[in-house]
Amino acid sequence: MVSSSLRILELSKRYGDFVALAPTSLDVAKGEFLTLLGPSGSGKTTLLSLIAGLAHPDEGQILVDDADVTHSPAYDRDIGVVFQNYALFPHMTVEDNIAFPLKMRKVSDAEARRRTMEALETVRLPHVAKRFPRELSGGQQQRIALARCIVYRPAIILMDEPLGALDKKLRDQMQLEIKRIHRELRATIIYVTHDQEEAMTMSDRICLMNAGAIEQLGTPEDLYFRPRSMFVADFLGESNLLSATVRDVDAEGLDIVLADQAAPSRAVGNGSSFAAGEPIKIMVRPQNLHVVTAAADSGGLTGRLVDVMISGSLTRLYIAPETSGMPQLVAAYPTRSGSPPHEIGQLVSLGWNPADAVAIRDGGGH
Amino acid sequence: MGTAKQRALPRSQIWSWVAMGGPLALLLVLFLVYPVGQLLLLSIHNDSGFTLAQYRQLFASSVYVDVLLITLKISLVTTLVCVVTGYPIAYLISVVGKERKATLLFWVLLSFWTSFLVRAFAWIVLLGRNGVINKLLLSLGIISSPASLLYNFGSVLVGMVNALLPLAVLTMLSVMENIDRNLPRAAATLGARSGMAFWKIYFPLSLPGVAAAGIMVFVTAIGFFIVPALLGGRRETMITQLIIDQIQQTMNWGFAGAISVLLLFVVLIVFAAYDRLLGLSTMTGVATAPKSKPSRLSEPIAKVGDVLLTLLGTISDAIISLLPSRRRGRNPDQPGFGLQAFAWTMLLIISLPTILMIPLSFGKGGLNWPPQGFTLHWYETVLASPVWTQALLRSLMVGVGTGLLAMLIGTPAAFLLVRSNIPGKGAWLAFILSPIVVPRMIIAVGLFYVFANIGLVGSAFGLILGHTVVAVPYVVMTMMAVLRNYDTRLDHAASSLGARPFATLRHVTFPILGAGMMSSFLFAFATSFDELTIALFATGGLNATLPKQFWDEVTLQVSPVIAAVSTCLFIFMGLLIFTAERLRRRAAAR
Ligand SMILES: Nc1ncnc2c1ncn2[C@@H]1O[C@H](COP(=O)(O)OP(=O)(O)OP(=O)(O)O)[C@@H](O)[C@H]1O
Ligand SMILES: [Mg+2]
Repeated sequence: MVSSSLRILELSKRYGDFVALAPTSLDVAKGEFLTLLGPSGSGKTTLLSLIAGLAHPDEGQILVDDADVTHSPAYDRDIGVVFQNYALFPHMTVEDNIAFPLKMRKVSDAEARRRTMEALETVRLPHVAKRFPRELSGGQQQRIALARCIVYRPAIILMDEPLGALDKKLRDQMQLEIKRIHRELRATIIYVTHDQEEAMTMSDRICLMNAGAIEQLGTPEDLYFRPRSMFVADFLGESNLLSATVRDVDAEGLDIVLADQAAPSRAVGNGSSFAAGEPIKIMVRPQNLHVVTAAADSGGLTGRLVDVMISGSLTRLYIAPETSGMPQLVAAYPTRSGSPPHEIGQLVSLGWNPADAVAIRDGGGH
Repeated sequence: MGTAKQRALPRSQIWSWVAMGGPLALLLVLFLVYPVGQLLLLSIHNDSGFTLAQYRQLFASSVYVDVLLITLKISLVTTLVCVVTGYPIAYLISVVGKERKATLLFWVLLSFWTSFLVRAFAWIVLLGRNGVINKLLLSLGIISSPASLLYNFGSVLVGMVNALLPLAVLTMLSVMENIDRNLPRAAATLGARSGMAFWKIYFPLSLPGVAAAGIMVFVTAIGFFIVPALLGGRRETMITQLIIDQIQQTMNWGFAGAISVLLLFVVLIVFAAYDRLLGLSTMTGVATAPKSKPSRLSEPIAKVGDVLLTLLGTISDAIISLLPSRRRGRNPDQPGFGLQAFAWTMLLIISLPTILMIPLSFGKGGLNWPPQGFTLHWYETVLASPVWTQALLRSLMVGVGTGLLAMLIGTPAAFLLVRSNIPGKGAWLAFILSPIVVPRMIIAVGLFYVFANIGLVGSAFGLILGHTVVAVPYVVMTMMAVLRNYDTRLDHAASSLGARPFATLRHVTFPILGAGMMSSFLFAFATSFDELTIALFATGGLNATLPKQFWDEVTLQVSPVIAAVSTCLFIFMGLLIFTAERLRRRAAAR
């Protein structure tokens, strides 16, 4: 089974005056699982269509294994697509749908039949072979679309929210299935999803898009723990964002001072460069925010507990800081009886490990 | 709740059915079933009782059978040409961007709504001895003396295709617009070249539209008389012309009835064959996926079809690959130049004759090309002539009357068919649509007979009734489509928000249905405004409608006055479509 690398250079697409994709560059390695994540309308489908050859870019280049395919037609690219709305052929049975790419490649009938059944088993739907797409549920149609794509083992597979219509359980199952297919075929996969959890668990790297441009590209850990902008910090998981000013920058991190606080503290960088005196934001993830019952005048950051919410394995504490103008903060603990303090209205003092405080350039979000 | 309803139908429900569907049923029984039945009876009945004399006469010589064969031949060739040339046009309209779609559609609609009479007349002028074509050929030196291009099979075919091409395009378009554009794209990513993607994916999905267009065009063509009468010679006489002759010249009801039976018989056979092959449900053109096709077409036929389509795909791809490669840098979604050129040429051919009429109507030199000088003389003649102004007024009055009446009785019937659980919906629908299936001429002759007996001939009221019969199916179909798309949860939402039934109707239902009602009113109005068949017998002299007056003039002599009237009608329709489109867009933008 072959897989290919993909390189995109300064690719852009406009619809009239509207920029659906600003000039974008991206490298995807052989066999990589890359997820495109981003809000609705951020250009994910547009980028996929350009890669697949379904839309024509205004500028830029697309290279597959270093060969320029920018202008080659879709049928010559050997790039499989699982469409956002399935795009199953309504006048063909499930079987004929799946066999279609094989027929186009002149695979013999017997071989085509064998491989079709194999693909149907992979998506666990061998019993629907003779049915028409309209006789399937939404989730089943989605799985058939997946089967039709993997059956001819394209070197690159593009999936546009392939699990969007499935319930949680089936979704988890299919995620494992896709990961398994990825391992077995060693195909290069570019995957679109709205679900950040799905993106975190499945991908080698995540490409977070916003308003037609790449906001940040990196491993799930990168994006989660070292977001480059407030948009990223906000989009992936919950975060506490506090205003601060840079005092000094050294090799290990930054000396900062929080707004309206006298005491200096430390934060780690996120890869951007900071200058002394620059106003920044500090991001602390809820699980890294420590909450303890405050002594009368403990100093430092204090606040009042306004709400406690137990959601399964996590308990969230919502705290209104005493410092005026600071937004409400959230801390998360594993749900256990006893600790931490959870009496509403109680005064608490807040703290975190400096290594868990990430500096982000202010106004980085869009 | 549902089960209670099924067990015993409350009396009030039956009454509401009667109230909603009764008027339409009554109208159709009185002015469709009864007159047509009368006519058919007349064909087997004379003073001394049952007789087959009329039918014996019909088949005694080969004259009538020959006319039938010619009619079938003209209709078939027309259908074939319309479907084959209309397909690329409809395809183009369904794939281009919004702006260009509006432009293309405008020209198709303009042609569609321009009176058959106006278009046929334009061809008379265009193809005449001193017409544009002859003048062009002469000046190019291709011919040395004017050729006679009129009154032959070719001129009839041109006229028929011009008349029915817009219908074919619009019917196919309604299906093509519902084909998911991602499907051919998906085929491309799966490795299908453009030819293969078209023939194996797009084409089969568009077939219901092709079939619907085919039968609509064929059935309309077989009942045509305007084009063969104006553009054909003796050898292009069609069967409806025989019926007209029987009525107008000899008042031979029995024989007219016998010819009608023959015509009706042929049409019914065609419909039966169509139903066997494709199912009549595809006629509404809604189904994207052929619902029951694979089971209907037996396996071997489907197999042959598949092989054929694969072959077509392979051939197309081979041809495409031979062409000089222009693909580089071309947007895969852009339609090819050849397709665009073809579509625009066809649209030009069907619109140009009517447009060329405009300069001629201001010319001093009669209808000879090129127009000479400038005069308003012909327009003044029209305005000064009471016959024309009376006809215009009468047509407007009858048109508005028909529009209102058809809406008034068609809309409740549509509600009944969509919203209620009345039994036998399919049969009701078939009954309501039957005025489209039965050739117009048969309805017209039957109505003439009945009206003559009750003294409604020549009255505007009678005409409104007749026109409503033929217009009401369109109203019902449009309103049914609108109602099906209408989300009844909106009504529920309104009432949950405290709106009483009448307030819901006034503030929610009607504003949303308004566009549909407006367009069905316009459709009914235009149907009546352009209706000649029923008006042909039911009116005359100062009672004439505009089409009837036009017909009387044009069969008498071809004069520039008619060119002036044509121009007025053409521009009137153009403005109407333009405004309707603007209104529709503004409503959509809201
Ligand atoms: N054919 C088109 N014409 C005009 N604008 C378009 C067209 N296709 C997409 N757009 C616009 O480009 C932007 C990006 O669209 P795209 O489909 O790539 O979003 P997306 O990230 O896939 O969103 P979603 O998550 O909702 O699928 C959107 O604002 C959309 O409105
Ligand atoms: Mg999308």
